[in-house]
Amino acid sequence: MNAPNHTGLPEIIKKHETDLLADWLKEQTALATRQQVSLKEGELKSQCSEFLRLLRKGTQGNNPDISTPEWAEMRELLTSVSRSRAQQGFTPTQTATFVFSFKKSLFIRLRKEFANNADALADETWTATNLLDELGLFTTEMFQKTREEVILRQQQGLLELSTPVVMLWEGILALPLIGILDSARTELVMQSLLQKIVETGASVAIIDITGVPTVDTLVAQHLLKTVTAARLMGADCFISGIRPQIAQTIVHLGVNLGDITTKANLKDALALAMKQSGLTVVNTKKLKEMAA
Amino acid sequence: MERIPILRMGDFLLVTIQVDMHDRLAMTLQDDLTRQIVASNSRGVLIDISSLEMIDSFIGRMLSNISLMSNVLAAQTVVVGMQPAVAITLVELGMSMPGVRTALNVEKGMMLLRECLDSDDSEVEDDAS
Repeated sequence: MNAPNHTGLPEIIKKHETDLLADWLKEQTALATRQQVSLKEGELKSQCSEFLRLLRKGTQGNNPDISTPEWAEMRELLTSVSRSRAQQGFTPTQTATFVFSFKKSLFIRLRKEFANNADALADETWTATNLLDELGLFTTEMFQKTREEVILRQQQGLLELSTPVVMLWEGILALPLIGILDSARTELVMQSLLQKIVETGASVAIIDITGVPTVDTLVAQHLLKTVTAARLMGADCFISGIRPQIAQTIVHLGVNLGDITTKANLKDALALAMKQSGLTVVNTKKLKEMAA
Repeated sequence: MERIPILRMGDFLLVTIQVDMHDRLAMTLQDDLTRQIVASNSRGVLIDISSLEMIDSFIGRMLSNISLMSNVLAAQTVVVGMQPAVAITLVELGMSMPGVRTALNVEKGMMLLRECLDSDDSEVEDDAS
């Protein structure tokens, strides 16, 4: 009888490797047809044979804890498998099936191997099922993690997408742009800005690009379009928040911003807008001091 | 024949485009307006296009031309009330209408016209003195 911490799994896997692989593949293909998913045969085969190799390697170490370094390669393989399946739109069940479907073919071999030794068979089955369950759960966990990453990325995308138009003063609008500007987004920005100009009757709009990481020819073109459209509607449009690197890029690229008024920061743009609207800001404290 | 009315208001002419512009109508407007500017010796023209929901490159060019022609006839021209969609269309068509004054609505357009005339007058006075 085998000691509980010494398993015959590596030998069995080595002995029956080709048979196990063939059976397992057949099992998976059958399951895939039932679950109505399409598996790429070449990819699946390479994943399975890699899994077998790593399983043998892992069990040789007699360490059932899959978080140890001996199982590092196995964890990597399972991570990549669940990642690719998550991206292909598989369900968690379908992903975990990759591991669990191996049980059947393995248990058949085990039964044949230990046909005359019920105790050993029970022990080996227990070890194998424990191990495979853990690996399966790990796969599910990875699947979930991948999905969470996708959600996080989408959330970031959404944050960047929202572009509120704010009113700084009566007749002065500001549009703080944050994130990468592409054609679709610029169209949205342009529409919301022009709509707001109509609604509020603002005569000056300030586009602040402090939060725009890069300005290339395309982005400059989009900005030009927005400014021209606002001008056509009868509102003056300034661009503020141009960082030194961006000023350099604009000139190096040979972008001609035409007669658009640009300011280094929002403060200066606001001051100009107020000046154009005939507004002045007075420090009452100082006035009082002077009067006193 | 369908025509776009040109209203006289003191020194100014008021053109309100209430119908969808077609090519013929734009040509007629161009004729009528230039003639009217000369006849009434107007010093300012206000073109209101707030009801215009669609615009093509020809109409865009006509509008721009009409404004420039009025300028040539020494009448300041302001195009007012352009809809956002129209503005976007014009920009996408590559027509930024350089040299054309714009304002958000009729009220602001009138203010702009008066300002222009005042500055013109002061220039004349400066020259005379």
